[in-house]
Amino acid sequence: MKKFFDNIFRYKSNKKINGYMVAGSIITGLIILMVIVGLFYMPYDPTKMDSSCKLQGISLKHIMGTDNMGRDVFSRVMYGSRVTLLIAIGTVTMGVVIGSIIGAFTGYYGGMLDEVLMRIIDALFAFPSILLALVFVSLFGTGTYQVIISLGIAFVPSFARIVRSEVLRCRNMDYIESARLQGVPDLRIIFVHIIPNTKDTMIPSILIGFNNAVLAEAGLSYLGIGSQPPYASLGKMLSDAQSYMFTTPSYVLSIGMTIVLMILGFAFLGEGLGKDKRG
Amino acid sequence: MEDQVLSVKKLNVFYKNRDGKFIKKQTRKQVLFDISFDLKEGEVLGIAGESGCGKSTLVKTIVGINKDYDGEIIQKYPDPQMVFQDPYGSLNPAKTVGWLLKEPLRVDKNRKWTEEEMNERAKTILDSVELPENMMERYPSQLSGGQRQRVCIAVALMRNPKILICDEPVSALDVTIQAQIMNLLRNLHDKLNISIIFISHDLRVVYQISDNVMIMKNGRIQEYGETKELYRHPKAEYTKQLLKAAGIRGSI
Ligand SMILES: Nc1ncnc2c1ncn2[C@@H]1O[C@H](COP(=O)(O)OP(=O)(O)O)[C@@H](O)[C@H]1O
Ligand SMILES: [Mg+2]
Repeated sequence: MKKFFDNIFRYKSNKKINGYMVAGSIITGLIILMVIVGLFYMPYDPTKMDSSCKLQGISLKHIMGTDNMGRDVFSRVMYGSRVTLLIAIGTVTMGVVIGSIIGAFTGYYGGMLDEVLMRIIDALFAFPSILLALVFVSLFGTGTYQVIISLGIAFVPSFARIVRSEVLRCRNMDYIESARLQGVPDLRIIFVHIIPNTKDTMIPSILIGFNNAVLAEAGLSYLGIGSQPPYASLGKMLSDAQSYMFTTPSYVLSIGMTIVLMILGFAFLGEGLGKDKRG
Repeated sequence: MEDQVLSVKKLNVFYKNRDGKFIKKQTRKQVLFDISFDLKEGEVLGIAGESGCGKSTLVKTIVGINKDYDGEIIQKYPDPQMVFQDPYGSLNPAKTVGWLLKEPLRVDKNRKWTEEEMNERAKTILDSVELPENMMERYPSQLSGGQRQRVCIAVALMRNPKILICDEPVSALDVTIQAQIMNLLRNLHDKLNISIIFISHDLRVVYQISDNVMIMKNGRIQEYGETKELYRHPKAEYTKQLLKAAGIRGSI
């Protein structure tokens, strides 16, 4: 698969244009554009039902058709992308911020605190994040914000580990010793001197994190514990749409394609950034 | 006795052994044995010895990086500064040269520096290490090894330290660049009246700059004395060997 895309983009890469980067930016740009336009304008009210035009195929009036309650699928996709993106951003932000703090302190100070926290993180890490999220959802209840918090906590271990290993790598570098000799306080060393050096590893991980968040949210929605109707995320819509897979394929396909594009966009950006660094 | 900036007495230094995977057995191994010496105001002390003999350990203990030691380290002035061997690892790759130069001033506990004062100071110091002002916007990755080492020296000098410790500052550089950096260090020494501890495994380089020399082996001082005298009339067998290996015997 990877090779296939490498080949497609080889022509461009040779000319010093990073194909992944271009493709990723275009796809992600389009999705973000759709979400931003959706804030001000949608062709139809995404919650407005119309029993006279249920489960229609693709037409000029409804470019992605209508759903089982006669709602315009494209408008709902615009809205659902917003919810999904919000959940992804919230989840990843939470995972990165809390994970960075834990990882930075344990990596920098080591010792007992490190041992204990890392064993806890290891234990959490042994479960798939979706399972962890399930546990937390059962504690916090369902709804968009509860999902963000649950998934966010479930994402903390992976980011904590990445940051910790990066901090361990930098901690004994001469430039950190040199900063200590100048009398730079520990907190400033950690957050001003070390953390900026983790960005080459963190940015691709954050992009992968977005994808995992989108997928995990879709998974939760599929189990019926994601965001609640009528303000559905893409994942929730997909699970609603699957019953009509054979009668109105355009319904489920348009939602599925949007999720796929969203994930591809982030994945290409991540790959492109990695390529940029490698040369 | 009054003009000593640093006095080290009967220093023994230990490292933790790095074994014990699960239960951390805290065994110590001793790396420095009974080191004593004085550094006078304006003196350049050269430390030589094969790699692994404990030169870095000694200076790292003096500046406070190693904490497990006994003996006395008496310093007249706070904050000795250090230039490290590897010019590629001693500048933070995420920061510009200007930012790195100003950092010692931002965290200066003795006074508050305004942005203008910091810029002025950075320019002055850049000038004294013979680098152009436009270096300030560059990142370390855009500099050569010699330029990096100049920046490291500049950073170390920002707060006017009384002691500058150079741990093999030229060992990673080409011979021509080595000569330039040695020249620079000598000029700075004359101009700023600082005391310097200069480490190298290369006896020729040590000879160029030192007033006194200390020869180390396996964590002990083998010989310690005035440079010319020590090079002409080495007493310790080990010193003679080193001089011979360096092809210096008789030529100085
Ligand atoms: N952090 C450390 N922990 C344990 N042993 C160390 C550490 N650093 C250096 N050593 C050991 O201490 C000895 C002296 O090392 P060092 O001071 O770096 O020598 P030099 O600078 O003269 O080459 C060596 O045997 C080295 O292996
Ligand atoms: Mg050394």
